[in-house]
Amino acid sequence: MQTTTPLDIAKIREDFPILARPYKDRRLVYLDSAVSGLMPRSVNERIAYYQAFEHTNVHRGVSQLSQEATDRFEEAREKVRSFLNAPSIKQIIWTRGTTESINLVAQTYGRQHVHAGDEILLSAMEHHSNLVPWQLLAEERGAKLRVIPMNDAGELLLDNLEELITVRTRILGVTQVSNVLGTINPVKEIIARAHSKGVPVLVDGAQAVPHMVVDVQDLDADFYVFSGHKLMGPTGIGVLYGKKEHLDAMPPWQGGGSMILSVSWEKTTFIGPPGKFEAGTPPIAQAIGLGAAIDYVRGLGLDLIAAHGHELLDYATARVQQIPGLRVIGEAKAKASVLSFVLEGVHPHDVGTILDYEGIVVRAGHHCAQPVMKRLNIPATTRASFACFNDRDDVDALVEGILKVKEIFG
Amino acid sequence: MSDPRELYQQVILEHNKKPRNFGKLEACSHHADGQNPLCGDEIELTLLVQAGLVQDLKFQGHGCAISQASSSLMTTAVKGKPVAEAELMIEQFREMIRGTLDPAKDANILGKLSLFRGVKDLPSRVKCAVLPWVTLHAALKGEETASTE
Repeated sequence: MQTTTPLDIAKIREDFPILARPYKDRRLVYLDSAVSGLMPRSVNERIAYYQAFEHTNVHRGVSQLSQEATDRFEEAREKVRSFLNAPSIKQIIWTRGTTESINLVAQTYGRQHVHAGDEILLSAMEHHSNLVPWQLLAEERGAKLRVIPMNDAGELLLDNLEELITVRTRILGVTQVSNVLGTINPVKEIIARAHSKGVPVLVDGAQAVPHMVVDVQDLDADFYVFSGHKLMGPTGIGVLYGKKEHLDAMPPWQGGGSMILSVSWEKTTFIGPPGKFEAGTPPIAQAIGLGAAIDYVRGLGLDLIAAHGHELLDYATARVQQIPGLRVIGEAKAKASVLSFVLEGVHPHDVGTILDYEGIVVRAGHHCAQPVMKRLNIPATTRASFACFNDRDDVDALVEGILKVKEIFG
Repeated sequence: MSDPRELYQQVILEHNKKPRNFGKLEACSHHADGQNPLCGDEIELTLLVQAGLVQDLKFQGHGCAISQASSSLMTTAVKGKPVAEAELMIEQFREMIRGTLDPAKDANILGKLSLFRGVKDLPSRVKCAVLPWVTLHAALKGEETASTE
């Protein structure tokens, strides 16, 4: 099989300084982009330039410097709007990451709408970040969590979705791409079916945005969330997109500067979204860095990145399946470039440790998705995830590394 | 360490494959559950302490080769020993993993347990090796649960 990818991977690799560093006296094989993307030089340089020459606080003061910082910060918001095809920048709220975005929705929209006896419907493959905030809310309100089940291949069982959505269901939360299994869920269909029963949907896009073009209007998502660092941006920045009618009706989350219209000892009035949800000084450099990361991935072309990811996933899946005793976890028909596996008789942590000796960085563990592990009856998996800078040499190194694990463990 | 075999020595691999004293004592005087929350490793330890001696002990649970072998080797090292000696071993094992005790130079009673000295160079795996010892410490103190966090 010949590589048909039009991305120039050798050239792309030069964009990532970290790939040139020696690691265990070898070539660094980074197969862990699902845990955090590597940062291209352009993002790093954009952040450094901002810090060096453009920085002051935003939305404050009359100085030209303050105006410039504000402009750069708001331009980054526009980049996110365009990236998600949101109708307005007023619907793009900066947060610290996916987890904070979901907590924000749970504690504002959730507290407004979820009461005793109500239900919150989540899929069986949610990451802890799209489970624990809802569980806390459910406990606070005396509400119940219900679960959309999945099959052994890691596909949601949607035939009975209309029965799982009851008159008490107040919100449905679902991940677009599973961080453990790689499954791409049919979120557009799920949203349409939930809407037909009057239930809004929050989509966790943390693992989706690095792999596919997302259009929140086409999906008709009520809320869409993702993290900057999984998209090759910095940590400490994330995004919450929400429909205008929801954001307008939601109460503020945290209080402080930047989010007020007027404050007196008697009463405070608040500005509208997005400012209403952005109390205090925001992560300015991180937002600008995320804007630069969006420029980078769009410059390469998300459809080309996706095609390259699929090609590597197919190649890797075919190769590892030849290894006796190895079982791929997550065999959905539609998958993003995430490859989880277990090796008979060897715990994933030992696999991960030995691979690291070989210069191969993967994730080993429960992936912050313990209910997924329990459902599949495994304590943990080893996971390789592929990005635009990975090539077949990386996959070959992985296969060699797994064979070494088997040799050591006999 | 540049060779994984310095960590994954034959004795460790062999104890992982065939753990000694695996199971649960029906009649026990001490009991504790140990957890490594970060990676999900769990062990349950049951002991029979009589007349100041660890007469018998068993462990069960699941985890990586390091935690399983460490548990297995711990049971063989502690079985039949006075409680005071077990407590000294706990202390010395922790010091070795922290790097403050070099089993090749400093006086110690660790014996075969010194196989785990390589773990000190792998901070992410320290908790795996220490989990059974933390759990033993809790059990001897009469505590029901132990955590590496």
